[in-house]
Amino acid sequence: MLLIACPHCGPRAQEEFSYERTTDSVVTTEAAPDAAMTALFTRENPRGVAEEIWRHTYGCRGWMVFRRDRISHAISDIRPLGPEPLA
Amino acid sequence: MNARDGSPVRFRFDGREYTGQAGDTLAAALIANGVALVARSFKYHRPRGIMAAGVEEPSALVTVGEGGRREPNTRATDVFLYEGLVAESQNRWPSLAFDLGAINGLLSPLIPAGFYYKTFFGPPKRWLRYEHFIRKAAGMGAPPTAADPDAYAHRAAFCDVLVVGAGPAGLAAAVSAAEAGRRVMLVEQDCRIGGALLREDVAIDGIAGHDWSARAAARIRALGGRILMRATATGYWDHNLVTVIERRAEPGAVPPVDQPAQVLWKVRAGEVILATGAIERPLAFSGNDRPGVMLAQAARTYARRYGVKPGRRAVIATAHDDGYRTAFALADAGVEVAAVLDSRDNPQGTLVAAARGRFAVHTGAVPLAAKRSGDRVGALVADLGGRQQTFAADLVAVSGGVTPVVHLHKQAGGELVWDAGMEAFLPGASRQANRSIGAAAGGHSLAAILAESWAAGGGPARNFAVTDPLGDAAAPQAAPPPGAVAPGKSFVDFQNDVTLADVDLAWREGYRSVEHLKRYTTLGMATDQGKTSNMAALSRLAQAQGVEIPAAGLTTFRPPYTPATLGAFAGGAVGDHAAPIRRLPLYDKHEALGAVWQPVGYWRRPRGYPRPGEALGEASLREARMVRSAVGLVDVSTLATFAVSGPDAALLLELVCATGVAKLAEGRGRYTFMLREDGFVMDDGTVWRTAPARYLLTSSTGGSDRMAQRLSYVRNVLRPDLRVSVANLQEHFAAIAVAGPRAADLLAELTGAPPPRHMSCDSGAIGGTAVTILAASYSGERAFEVYAPADAIGPVWDALFAGASARDGGAYGLDAMDALRVEKGHVVVGAEVDGRSTPADLALAGMVRKAGGFTGWQGLTRPALADPSGRRQLVGLESLDGPIPEGGMLVPAPGQEPQGHVTTAAPRVAQAGWIGLALVVDGASRHGDELLAWSPTRRQQTRVRLSASHFYDAEGARYRD
Repeated sequence: MLLIACPHCGPRAQEEFSYERTTDSVVTTEAAPDAAMTALFTRENPRGVAEEIWRHTYGCRGWMVFRRDRISHAISDIRPLGPEPLA
Repeated sequence: MNARDGSPVRFRFDGREYTGQAGDTLAAALIANGVALVARSFKYHRPRGIMAAGVEEPSALVTVGEGGRREPNTRATDVFLYEGLVAESQNRWPSLAFDLGAINGLLSPLIPAGFYYKTFFGPPKRWLRYEHFIRKAAGMGAPPTAADPDAYAHRAAFCDVLVVGAGPAGLAAAVSAAEAGRRVMLVEQDCRIGGALLREDVAIDGIAGHDWSARAAARIRALGGRILMRATATGYWDHNLVTVIERRAEPGAVPPVDQPAQVLWKVRAGEVILATGAIERPLAFSGNDRPGVMLAQAARTYARRYGVKPGRRAVIATAHDDGYRTAFALADAGVEVAAVLDSRDNPQGTLVAAARGRFAVHTGAVPLAAKRSGDRVGALVADLGGRQQTFAADLVAVSGGVTPVVHLHKQAGGELVWDAGMEAFLPGASRQANRSIGAAAGGHSLAAILAESWAAGGGPARNFAVTDPLGDAAAPQAAPPPGAVAPGKSFVDFQNDVTLADVDLAWREGYRSVEHLKRYTTLGMATDQGKTSNMAALSRLAQAQGVEIPAAGLTTFRPPYTPATLGAFAGGAVGDHAAPIRRLPLYDKHEALGAVWQPVGYWRRPRGYPRPGEALGEASLREARMVRSAVGLVDVSTLATFAVSGPDAALLLELVCATGVAKLAEGRGRYTFMLREDGFVMDDGTVWRTAPARYLLTSSTGGSDRMAQRLSYVRNVLRPDLRVSVANLQEHFAAIAVAGPRAADLLAELTGAPPPRHMSCDSGAIGGTAVTILAASYSGERAFEVYAPADAIGPVWDALFAGASARDGGAYGLDAMDALRVEKGHVVVGAEVDGRSTPADLALAGMVRKAGGFTGWQGLTRPALADPSGRRQLVGLESLDGPIPEGGMLVPAPGQEPQGHVTTAAPRVAQAGWIGLALVVDGASRHGDELLAWSPTRRQQTRVRLSASHFYDAEGARYRD
């Protein structure tokens, strides 16, 4: 089970998080149909590093993105996703 | 430690009472009582005894405990005696000594390796015929039928160093780490500290081995380290998480007061030190499974640690020096050692020399067959370099080398390297922060192990003085696989009854890969996962292939390392704690009205309110008719409710909803639905503009978590730039739907104002509580949803209920709600919206925004979704005879290809008869067709006519003002 350093809460067990998708399978509403379906159904599944979106669903509920090596499970470059906090 | 001076403990085995000693395993106590036959084997029902002294025991499986505490397939070597322990042998009938199933052994030519496999490939009927016989005859212990009365717990722990195994290596590493100031956790599956030291006659730094162990443990505790006994590290997961199952009660025993039977620890460790030891390998010869044939280190353990004699006259058959140690230990314990048979031609060294002076040592000697005397071994026939000799013995202690326990290292993703000298796989490079020490890493010299382990713990280099009267241990060596297979059964996998001949047969039949061999013969697939058998089979396979063992391959090491009780995984999440129960804010009001509760996810919702003597179905029909004729109240607090506000609120909603939102006027609402990204309908609900830049979105109960996730995803990931906030108000609000021809009158009276028009919203007050009123109809009648803060809903309900009662109305439940909406033709998420339906399938295409721009619009353009022909489309069903089976398939005649299925069925409310909704291929153009609603599982069938999905007030005249 992964240990994920939530940008808001610090290191927490994977069971508090939910995996969303890789950044390259994000489909915007502006995407053309072919591109959207490719992103959804013919995704890369790299044997190596992928950029993944996760949510601390059973914690702070914040969203984040990080790079994960799918062989060693090493996690790096973690940063929050979402609107800028109000000044 | 040699003396049997523990306090007496009484126990029962197969109905007979025995006395053992505190600290004994069940196996040790049975040996002490002269019980040799303890089990029947899995397939052939062969008599079996005790082969090992630890968790690797393949043969001596027993059922321990009674009632809900029965634990089948427990290794007699892995349960420690307690007063009143009750154990039973397994897989025998009518008794262990006289077992009719033993005929399987005589029939074995008819049930060779791959028998099950071949049976599966035969005609299915053959398997059906055999299954009963096989399941009965091929036996493990029976599971308990009573509920487990004990509690189980989960705990999390963190440490700098987790040491697995409290033998000499683990203890040295743990003390060293603790002395270095690291947070240490040490787990040991045994009930005693010491590991191999418990069976060896050695001293460390002048202190006897077991005393040294006790002092080490005390030192670890004094330095703040935590030691868990009877705790097995069963799994090694990502990011250095190790699961440890700690037994607080022996199998079948009543746990101490206020203690769980077991604790599942999730230990996140900075570093893991694996000191898991090694397991001895048996030898392959005919009858090598007979009671009295025992691993040599196990025989030594019984003699030294437990002070019991595993036999009266022993023959030791060994492939390396370690077997000689057993000869000395047995002789010291008063067992006659008839001979030491060494398979090596010319063994050297001080230990061999010392043995030659005391025992009859035969070199180049290979055991051929164990002869029986009664149920146990009576003699061993051996080949002494071409000459056969029979040695009378009731104990044959065997050692075919050792297999380091690399399970956790491998589970952690580590590599293995082949040691040609030991003929064993040793831990290679680790993928995670773990290292292996001691016998698990192939170590054998105690002094070297201690020094290396101390260094592994992080302490400054130091040496240990080891005193061993037999000298320093030599490197283990493995027995070569035998040449020709002797007549009779030479077992490789004792627990699954796989013989050397079976491995050879698999090879002859073309099973070349070790993974195929495993599946074909079931080798290594028993509860011991091949701890004593896999290497012997690999060696045989490699021999047949003419390759080195590493080239033959290796099967996967999977958790758990030893069998685990399901209760340990369930932990506290059983019974009422298995899932949270979400109670409605109006729970007590419903309960007082006699609600029948229906689980809906974690919620409990009123299904109906039967009166005394009234069946639920009758009550629901009465409630539904009450709504058609007067007024009814239904609790809709479980609907998902979100407030979306800010200048970009409409923009966000239009990203999520497939229908138009932006043009909604203030104070107005409309029906909406949302698509998945692949174009199928995900959920539906209503959207209301309650203020210029504020909207209220409701959606289905069952989809509420999914909808919350979707809104959050769109807001945070897709469009973090929008000026909008999304608040999940489900827990904040409670809601009551008020429906029926007298609903408007009721609301007008209670609020003192005219109620909002259909699909309009307003605020007001009922009974002094501020409420939001949404005029939406799900039933087909004039209806309103009244929202109030959850903690203030009580007076609102009371006022509405009193007013409804005065108008011949009252409360209605889910079944009535369902009947009303089916009659009206409304779809529901989970029935018609089943994840495979498009808006067009549900006759909702007209509401979809043509310009796109919403989630899922691209998916809708896919040819299979865009082309309506051949798609299952929403239709109504009118029964031509009885009730329609919900979930039934729609066929021209029984047994024919289904053309659709019944999504919902209900009695008609307004008149007699039964109706339903269905998804039928090309259904929209097939109104008037007749089909059979057929449910073979419920043995129901009803003729139905396809129709439009509106059965009642198709024009909507009843709910408009």
